[in-house]
Amino acid sequence: MTARVSLTTPDAVAQDMAGRPVVVLRGVGKRYSNGTLAVAGVDLDIRGGEFASLLGPSGCGKSTVLRMIAGLGEPSAGQIDWPGATHDGRGQPVRDVGFVFQEPTLMPWATALQNVMLPLRLQKVPSRAAADRAAAALQSVGLEAFLDAYPRELSGGMKMRVSIARALVTEPRILLLDEPFAALDEITRHRLNDDLLALWARAGFTVLFVTHSVFESVYLSQRIVVMAARPGRIVADVAIAAPFPRDAGFRTSVEYADACKVVSARLAAAIVA
Amino acid sequence: MTDSVARPSAARAAPAGDGTDEAARPVAIVEKRWLGLTVETWQRILAPLAIGVIVLGLWEFIVRQAGIPHYILPGPLLIFRTLIADWGTLSGSLWITLQITGMALLAAVIVGGLLSILFTQSKWLELSLFPYAIILQVTPIVAIAPLIIIWVDDTLLSLLICAWIVAFFPILSNTILGINSADHNLVNLFQLYGASRWQTLIYLRLPAALPYFLGGLRISGGLALIGAVVAEFVAGSGGTASGLAFRILEAGYQLKIPRMFAALVMVSMSGIAIFLVLSLVSHLLLRRWHESAMRREN
Repeated sequence: MTARVSLTTPDAVAQDMAGRPVVVLRGVGKRYSNGTLAVAGVDLDIRGGEFASLLGPSGCGKSTVLRMIAGLGEPSAGQIDWPGATHDGRGQPVRDVGFVFQEPTLMPWATALQNVMLPLRLQKVPSRAAADRAAAALQSVGLEAFLDAYPRELSGGMKMRVSIARALVTEPRILLLDEPFAALDEITRHRLNDDLLALWARAGFTVLFVTHSVFESVYLSQRIVVMAARPGRIVADVAIAAPFPRDAGFRTSVEYADACKVVSARLAAAIVA
Repeated sequence: MTDSVARPSAARAAPAGDGTDEAARPVAIVEKRWLGLTVETWQRILAPLAIGVIVLGLWEFIVRQAGIPHYILPGPLLIFRTLIADWGTLSGSLWITLQITGMALLAAVIVGGLLSILFTQSKWLELSLFPYAIILQVTPIVAIAPLIIIWVDDTLLSLLICAWIVAFFPILSNTILGINSADHNLVNLFQLYGASRWQTLIYLRLPAALPYFLGGLRISGGLALIGAVVAEFVAGSGGTASGLAFRILEAGYQLKIPRMFAALVMVSMSGIAIFLVLSLVSHLLLRRWHESAMRREN
């Protein structure tokens, strides 16, 4: 088995991109066909290699923004640019994203390995090479012993790991996560938070993480973009300066408590306003 | 109850109550097996069998006690003897009926499967053709069969068409439902990776539709047999190739009632066999992943 290096060592391209915007949103809005204005006037730059969170109450349009970035639904106003992206035959930028849904969203009839191979198979990667890369991705999330397990044989946390491995197997420039750990118990959630941070530190991809938990966003992020509802819009952009690696000790530090206080205040102000 | 729970019996010495006695052990769940089958499986087999034996015994008893002539109601023993004695003629007819049923079911799978894929790929096709599939389904086959038998010269083929009309709709409607009920997020995932329509169909929609298709197949198996028998009743004669329905009609005309019952038993047994085979196929295909084929502890 030939393990791909980029999941274990920083990707040269990603390092080159560090600090420069990977995706740029300008005046992005989304109005659904029933007239509801879900999102309005969103300006946002996600810089290469950063770990950013979109934080806000339910219905503030944070998932809608994430899905538009992923290409699932076009914005009804404004535009999304991909500086430095390659272009396909029709001149459209290649998004190169990995997406993790709130549910594991695995195919129940396929094994963990086959599930992780899916993005590669869809891109016509030969099955031998796809299997090797999928096995390496599963190894990187600690599931090397469960390649042939069906989703029903896995716990909720393990299924989510498979989902993350599937999102990373194509080595995307940006990993988009839509409240991925919201349905898990707290202990599992903390472990997956640490594992996600470890993967991010090793591989150097960019992360945009949607959550409604102040604590989770502060623990994980370098930067928290706070959103408010009706219509969904950005109300604050908070930098979390605490150094990495972060561990359980960080959760009890004064720094962490202060950051949570600041972010909570911004969020509360947004909800009242 | 499938599980027997190991508990200390009340007859034992009084428990010490210090956490070391029998009562302190975790309750163990042991599934007992006899001859390789679990208690539940035996219950499943034995309970209906017992009812069957009781009813048959009662039937035989009443027929003998009341002295009912065999051309009104034969007893089960006589029916069984007739089945053995007439096996030569009846087995040939059984084979023909099974052939028609099998071919009709195969045609139903192919046409129903292909149509459901077509209908789910093109909204217009579904809108314009699905109502006619419903009309075909709701019109009683007894009413259409005479027309088909007049139009189609070959009797075997006309019987096949009748059986097919009855059998194909459950496969069509179930498979359409299955293809359309693929997980919405998975559909989005395929979209995200730029999957073609074909890839989405092969890797996502068809596997998702498999349990629905198999559910439809089990219904269609029984319906194909019913369709084949009904059509032959209407045809009245199978020509050179006569199925079980023709044997039932023929025995009725000749007042060979035991033989009529024997043929009837064969039709029922065929129906049960078809159902069991299709259930087994369904179980084998789904056991690794689908909820319906799983055994849960709770």
